[in-house]
Amino acid sequence: MPSAFWGKFLEPHRLRRETGGSMAKHPFHDVAIVGVHNTQQARMLEGHDSRSITLEAGLGAVADAGLTPLDIDGVVGVHGADFIYQARIGPVWRSMSQLGIPALLEASAAIATGLASVVLVSAGSAGIYTERTSTAPWTRPTNEFVVSYGMFTAAEFALIARRHMHMHGTKPEALAHVAATIRNNGHVNPEAVYFGRGPFTAQDVLDSRMVADPYHLLDCAMTAEGGCALVLARADIAKDLAKDPVYVLGGNTDHYGPSYQHPPAFELGGRRDPKFINGYAGRRASQMAFAMAGCAPTDVDVCEFYDPFSFEIIRQFEAFGFCGEGEGGDFVMDGTIEIDGRFPITTDGGLMSFSHGGATVQLLQRVIRATQQVRGECATQQVPDVEIALASGGGAGALFNDVMLLGASQP
Amino acid sequence: MTQLIPQTGNIPRPFASIVSQPYWDACARGALMFQRCAACNGITHTPAVMCAHCSARDLAWERAAGTGAVYSWTTVWRPQTPDFTVPYTAVVIDMDEGWQMLSNLIGCEHDAATIGMRVAVEFHPITDGVMLPYFRPVA
Repeated sequence: MPSAFWGKFLEPHRLRRETGGSMAKHPFHDVAIVGVHNTQQARMLEGHDSRSITLEAGLGAVADAGLTPLDIDGVVGVHGADFIYQARIGPVWRSMSQLGIPALLEASAAIATGLASVVLVSAGSAGIYTERTSTAPWTRPTNEFVVSYGMFTAAEFALIARRHMHMHGTKPEALAHVAATIRNNGHVNPEAVYFGRGPFTAQDVLDSRMVADPYHLLDCAMTAEGGCALVLARADIAKDLAKDPVYVLGGNTDHYGPSYQHPPAFELGGRRDPKFINGYAGRRASQMAFAMAGCAPTDVDVCEFYDPFSFEIIRQFEAFGFCGEGEGGDFVMDGTIEIDGRFPITTDGGLMSFSHGGATVQLLQRVIRATQQVRGECATQQVPDVEIALASGGGAGALFNDVMLLGASQP
Repeated sequence: MTQLIPQTGNIPRPFASIVSQPYWDACARGALMFQRCAACNGITHTPAVMCAHCSARDLAWERAAGTGAVYSWTTVWRPQTPDFTVPYTAVVIDMDEGWQMLSNLIGCEHDAATIGMRVAVEFHPITDGVMLPYFRPVA
């Protein structure tokens, strides 16, 4: 039952149709992901700064695509200008967009509209993990209404989880099971920062020290350093390359305001449609993504969910329509999310175990893993016969959530 | 068992913006205030340029009763900075007039927070003598 405060906003409003309904070509028919690369990921990366690791990641993705820097005519990311200059490839298209899935959708749109034909999207963070006494200050801005109350990401996200536990009786054991599952995926992944640190049981998670109730240490993502990049290309270019193209079937993003500045309320809503509250951030984006893709949650073969905190997996299953509201806790407990389950999650260990490469690097890393799953080239925890993969980013504690659907077949 | 108390260390203090200055000036006087819209009567917090309900730009500052009920909570054991004393409990509160704010709980045990618990505002000085609204459980 929404609190008395949020009930005021629950007046019916017509949701303006924002997706075109015509039989035109799929908007991203001519777009494919052709290169992906993660650099080394580590708690602290020696011998690199953010610019150098981003450049290395970009070169790695270009090489993975079987291309050279001269083939790039579009660049996305805050350090993208370095690539343009060092490779001497100007004049090219550029966007400074850096936030994961929306940056990839922007790159896709640039290709679809003819602004560019081969776009490099890169991000990296290194040499900044220096202030070890405060809680990851670079992952959260200070703001006058939250800073003096000791807020940081875990506390922001905990306020969301606690409200859901109150509304639906979601149990700490369900959260712990999610965290253990993801960490066990990282435990077997040699590229993961926490490779070999497990195996974990749900009880291990519950026994780890409490950070911000209900989040124990092992319910939380790590902080780390690293770089990553993707290359997207026009489909006709992609078809000449060695690796199978991975197609963009759909995507969108839901934002409710700036992250970490205002009370993170589960029932924060907008005035446009009362169905879409912050606690289900990503619901609108996923509906639009599935509509664009012409498929449904049941068609997804692997869920590369963004995992900043364990409850966010449960929340996203509910938000994206894999299960009903309040059902997520039970949904994750009966074999669904394991690597051989119906909806395997976050198969490389995610933000908890694989990497949280910086302030925004990790947002792209979910899409890289989803790409590798579709290609069938994961060295560990490869899901068989992936036709459709879902990747996500953000979380209700941060007031945004992105969704992207990738596929093996051209839409 | 640990009693929750106002922070006494050199914790980060809030810095007001142009829009929020009246809010913090009122806190300095021991008054909790929000903005009410003259067009639709709705309440807006955090301080803003336009009404959160109707977008009108006709907001006036009004004093809050300072009472409400806990909407959500989290007890934090890892300090945001070393100057924070743990545990502390962050709460989002449903204020009685129909708005929400974030604060910390004081005057109870660290594990006492429950959703729906009645609380009342109490100001305490923090870094630089800034008066920060905290909330204490009341009957």
